[in-house]
Amino acid sequence: MKIRNLVFLLIILLAVFTMLLAVAELPPYGSPDNPVHNMVTDRYINKALEETGVNNMVTAVVLDYRAYDTLFETIVLFTAAVAVYVTLKKAKGSESGE
Amino acid sequence: MRDFVLKRIVAVIIPFISLYGFYVILHGAISPGGSFAGGIIVALSVIAFATIFGLDRAKEKLPEKILVWTESYGTLWYVLMGLVGIVKGVPFLSNRLAGINLGVPGTLSAGGLIALIGIGVGIRVASTMITLFFTMMEEEK
Repeated sequence: MKIRNLVFLLIILLAVFTMLLAVAELPPYGSPDNPVHNMVTDRYINKALEETGVNNMVTAVVLDYRAYDTLFETIVLFTAAVAVYVTLKKAKGSESGE
Repeated sequence: MRDFVLKRIVAVIIPFISLYGFYVILHGAISPGGSFAGGIIVALSVIAFATIFGLDRAKEKLPEKILVWTESYGTLWYVLMGLVGIVKGVPFLSNRLAGINLGVPGTLSAGGLIALIGIGVGIRVASTMITLFFTMMEEEK
């Protein structure tokens, strides 16, 4: 049992080391030449009002630029509700759940 | 069964929570928030009612028929709004490209299809949350 625990500890340390290595590679937070600050961000910030007519930029992205994404998000919600309904809903006639 | 004070306070507060939820849904284009957050707030008012007054009374107020109906047609409404683009001969779910009047920025009708889609998504989220809660509460009984 002791050796098994040691092996587990070693695996966990290895995984943590790998993740920290990846974190160390990340660009500094808030720097203007980060890869996230590309033309997509510029387009949203400068043209969102003109192209969608909406002040709230988040709404403009969620419901206009990324409308497909939101559509499938609502389908995910629908699937979740149907899954819960199917598994937990009791049949009308049955007295006790099986 | 429950405390008298609790019941009266919740009875006074619930309409305001509900109203605020619809406010957030409708003003998604102007102020922070939007259809997802507003839908959750609307659902929370019904869930608060169900926890204080009991599931049976909540089901009297909001029959399962309505829930199933909104559940089913919310997503369909979204797809229908997307089809407006196809009818006009531009890609699915396009807004300005479809030649829809974007309205005056800062008013409730701003954004053309965005306002309509937002209402649909908000009602959709609210009905999902309420359905999940009702079904799980029913199971617990």
